[in-house]
Amino acid sequence: MLRYLVPLGLFIVLVVFLAIGLGRDPREVPSPLINKAAPTFRLPQLNDPSKTFSAEDMRGKVWVLNVWASWCVSCRDEHPLLLEYAKAGAVPIYGLNWKDKREDALAWLNDLGDPYVVNAVDLDGRVAIDYGVYGAPETYLIDQSGVIRHKHVGPVTRNVWKDKFMPLVQQLNREGASR
Amino acid sequence: MIRLCWDRGRLARLVRQRPRRTKRARRPRSQVLPLLLLLWLSAPFAVAQVRRPEPVKGDAALEERLNKLSQELRCLVCQNETLAESRADLAEDLRDEIRQQMKAGKSDQEIIAFLTERYGQFILYRPQVTPTTYLLWFGPFVLLLAGLALLFYYIKQRRDQIAEQPLSSEERRRAEELLRSGSGKETA
Repeated sequence: MLRYLVPLGLFIVLVVFLAIGLGRDPREVPSPLINKAAPTFRLPQLNDPSKTFSAEDMRGKVWVLNVWASWCVSCRDEHPLLLEYAKAGAVPIYGLNWKDKREDALAWLNDLGDPYVVNAVDLDGRVAIDYGVYGAPETYLIDQSGVIRHKHVGPVTRNVWKDKFMPLVQQLNREGASR
Repeated sequence: MIRLCWDRGRLARLVRQRPRRTKRARRPRSQVLPLLLLLWLSAPFAVAQVRRPEPVKGDAALEERLNKLSQELRCLVCQNETLAESRADLAEDLRDEIRQQMKAGKSDQEIIAFLTERYGQFILYRPQVTPTTYLLWFGPFVLLLAGLALLFYYIKQRRDQIAEQPLSSEERRRAEELLRSGSGKETA
């Protein structure tokens, strides 16, 4: 009896491991930046290149940084949701326009709507490297003291927003209010 | 979630740049569909082949060093390629970043630290030995030892099982009978 049970047991263990492995997204690389200070930057704004935007400007606020580009198809996918969440106004959404042409990015926002309070232009991708970006879209939640609290790789979905972003935003706002 | 972003721009440019076929070269309709299919199937490879390696920028010693270091690093876009091989946009950016840091006099160790701070251990093909990677580093040896122990145990048990036992007088009598009967074909 044991002679059949042992291989069967091993096989089941193997199947469980493989099933877990299949269920995971290999694109999702755990970021070492979670709970670390968001890298500082000062970049020109998309709408008005004479003005700049810096992560420092956001001290004391909970905010979302969304990395996007007009050449990115998945960004188009998540865009209607961003518009909806910007309108709801629970947390301000800022954009990092990554390696994009200015006129393309402006046309994109003009056509599809603009959920962003301000867009910073990262033309050569230097700032994106600091944030460990390896594909668009990527979305960061940054707290009042400038610490990255969450990073989502790939398009934001309703579930991700509801289960990951909103609870953290609410928790951070509570902590901020009591401070 | 599958993301199709990377190199989209390049693909689009490539498609746009593909020369138009002149009217004279048009093939009979029956041949067009299979050809189109073939073209469609080979599109990813075409993209891979069209990209020429980058020209060597600046001094050769630095490029040599860059190449050696980036062999050890994983491209995050095409995860089975090294940073040296990959032609993804991000890989080019990262090589450029490394190149500039090398020019600024940073050591390989410092550059690796810079990259792992941003992209994590995942970017290293040879991850450092830390508690989270113990299983990765020592797991195979543990398995090997466990296998050897199991094999040893099995062989020992088997040897005990097949230890020589003298024949009983009944068995000896039957054996002699069989030998005497000669032909050897009979079975008991």
